[in-house]
Amino acid sequence: MRITVGEGSCGVAAGATEIYSLLEQGIKAFGIDCMLTVTGCIGMCYLEPIVNVTLSDGQLATYVRVSAEAVGEILKLLCNEENNAEQYLIAQQDQENLDAQQRIALQNCGIIDPENIDEYLDAQGYQAIKKCITELTPEQVIDEMQASGLGGRGGAGFPTWFKWQSARGSEGDKKYMICNADEGDPGAFMDRAVIEGDPHQLIEGIMIGAYAIGSDEGIVYVRAEYPLAIVRLELAIIQARERGILGENIFGTDFCFDLAIKAGAGAFVCGEETALIASLEGERGMPRLKPPYPAQKGFLKLPSNINNVETFANVPWIIRNGGSAFAAIGTEDSKGTKVFALTGKIAKGGLAEVPMGTTIREIVYGVGGGIRGGKAFKAVQMGGPSGGCIPAKLIDTMIDYRSLAATGAIMGSGGMVIMDESTCMVDMARFFIEFTCNESCGKCTHCRIGNRRMLEILERICNGEGQDGDIELLSALAEQVKDGSLCGLGQTSPNPVLTTLRYFRNEYEDHIYNKKCTARQCKPLLTYTVIDDLCIGCNLCAKRCPSGAITGELKKPYIIDNEKCIQCGKCAEVCKFAAVAVD
Amino acid sequence: MGCNCSENKKWECSDSSIDIALLEPELAKHAGSPINLIKVLQKAQELYGYLPLDLIVYISSALGVKPAKALGVVTFYTQFKTKPVGKHLILLCRGTACHVNGASGIEEAVSEYLGVSEGDITPNGLFSYNNVACLGCCSLSPVMMIDNKAYGNLTKDSAVKILKEIEMREASLCG
Repeated sequence: MRITVGEGSCGVAAGATEIYSLLEQGIKAFGIDCMLTVTGCIGMCYLEPIVNVTLSDGQLATYVRVSAEAVGEILKLLCNEENNAEQYLIAQQDQENLDAQQRIALQNCGIIDPENIDEYLDAQGYQAIKKCITELTPEQVIDEMQASGLGGRGGAGFPTWFKWQSARGSEGDKKYMICNADEGDPGAFMDRAVIEGDPHQLIEGIMIGAYAIGSDEGIVYVRAEYPLAIVRLELAIIQARERGILGENIFGTDFCFDLAIKAGAGAFVCGEETALIASLEGERGMPRLKPPYPAQKGFLKLPSNINNVETFANVPWIIRNGGSAFAAIGTEDSKGTKVFALTGKIAKGGLAEVPMGTTIREIVYGVGGGIRGGKAFKAVQMGGPSGGCIPAKLIDTMIDYRSLAATGAIMGSGGMVIMDESTCMVDMARFFIEFTCNESCGKCTHCRIGNRRMLEILERICNGEGQDGDIELLSALAEQVKDGSLCGLGQTSPNPVLTTLRYFRNEYEDHIYNKKCTARQCKPLLTYTVIDDLCIGCNLCAKRCPSGAITGELKKPYIIDNEKCIQCGKCAEVCKFAAVAVD
Repeated sequence: MGCNCSENKKWECSDSSIDIALLEPELAKHAGSPINLIKVLQKAQELYGYLPLDLIVYISSALGVKPAKALGVVTFYTQFKTKPVGKHLILLCRGTACHVNGASGIEEAVSEYLGVSEGDITPNGLFSYNNVACLGCCSLSPVMMIDNKAYGNLTKDSAVKILKEIEMREASLCG
């Protein structure tokens, strides 16, 4: 018998650690003969904490939203006592959503114990690297990658084999294999899930790449905001060294490779490969002109290859099953599967790995279970600050690199932030430009100052001070920032503005000319009024109003003076009778 | 035999609570190695909570980096703090998902409860908070992280309740 508790960051935040210790105590107290382990994130974050019980007959039961009471029932079940554990079982629909996914990068996440190398070894772990170094030449490995059609999962979709071949072809004895785990896109967390849930698969993928390019040293650049990921990866590296999987003469061959972790220090731009290299060298993370590409001059001016976590996580599967098996999944120009992070106003938030070519509708209404609270789907933001907002009318767009680019958004790292009617698109654009302003390294004038000017315009529109001509000014600035920036951050930073202008121009016009925010998000554009029929005159709103705008007599409807009102929204928030109307 | 009185004189930080001896092994390990600047700064911040200016200068000379460059690195990365932080540092996520799900309201509540604004420390030294880019727990948005533990699905009330619980734990520790 075996019990696993999902302890990814999301599970831990939902209380999985407490559930684990309760189970531990119970198992001890009742002398139950079973193995208790942790596992990573299975992707159903909305159901956390999740506990899997594998009974001695091999049958698997998944318990979700496990509480202390649920633990009691599960323990009774294990003791063969009468119990109500059944009510905590996963709903059939949720199980079907999980089964319908096609998992390659996430194949072991939420199933094996990431802190135990043996479980990875039992799941065909390190077979692919063994095959590479004992049976294949580096060229054959690159050929296999070419056959697979795997594109970089960090966002750009650049063919992985091509990068590897350039790095292999570069002159020099010393080469570096670098993993970009600086997952900075707000709204994306698939890399975190892979490192927390299956760190050995990442290590194996990096090793295969290292063998292919001829490198004996690797570095994983992990962002500092992922403390658990760093701990699990450190542990995995130590375990792999102990087994001789990392180190000298791996599997009795002359292949030697070791791996180190470098923690990032909080700079979004370090996801750009030349900025990442600068950061590894102890410098400010500022991008530089390419060429020379990292494949020629990278870390310490030596040939280096950089791939994203999810890209590496696909590699062992490709080697084990063959490049053509991977290429058989997906569409003409986008092969394989992709992990998406579903968040925002979605009913069932979490991770989903689906074949390329799946439509937005299938993801939102299938795995995602539709919009929270049954509201209307308005748009999906894809690709983070470099991406764009895809409106509801394009919900049947297929998710592949080409189709997404045609909408003005990008695949990006796979973050999908779902928005409903209560999301203001002008505010969204403002949010992303603010993000870019904070994260711009400051090297290029257009990115540094152009984005700042765009932010000022967007702020004034959201504050009800938008002027005629603002839309045209924004469009012009957006084009200039695109053209005048050196790296991907600047070149793509206007995308959120451009896509919202393209699909939601009416909202900009409403803000500027009618001084209205239909989503009721931009507070300065709102008016608050008391609905006389609903107000019981409890005085609570008047007490909380910081500007003394609300007056009245007890037990009679109160009045809001719009001249004095500062639109803070406190009255609507505290009213227990929904008597404050917001328009 | 030259004079070695300067070697005997131990450097002291302007913040007397900083015991430089704790950092010396790390400095010795990376002496003269500029590429490890970020690593050493991270270690120093882990030990002392923040990086006062004279400590940055001290580290830079040990690693063979110009002080201006070291300060440039410190100010470039959001992780580094040049002001003291509270015993419990609150990281408020301002990622997209958290923004859509009301992160600004959470900041309002936290700021109002603590009575300080971003980056400032509460008078009792217990808390300070910073807005950070995505913490990667988007499905639990809005999220905050305190002492490496993520708290999700926050409301204004639950965020304040979590702070109160930490205060109570601290009070019971003090007896």
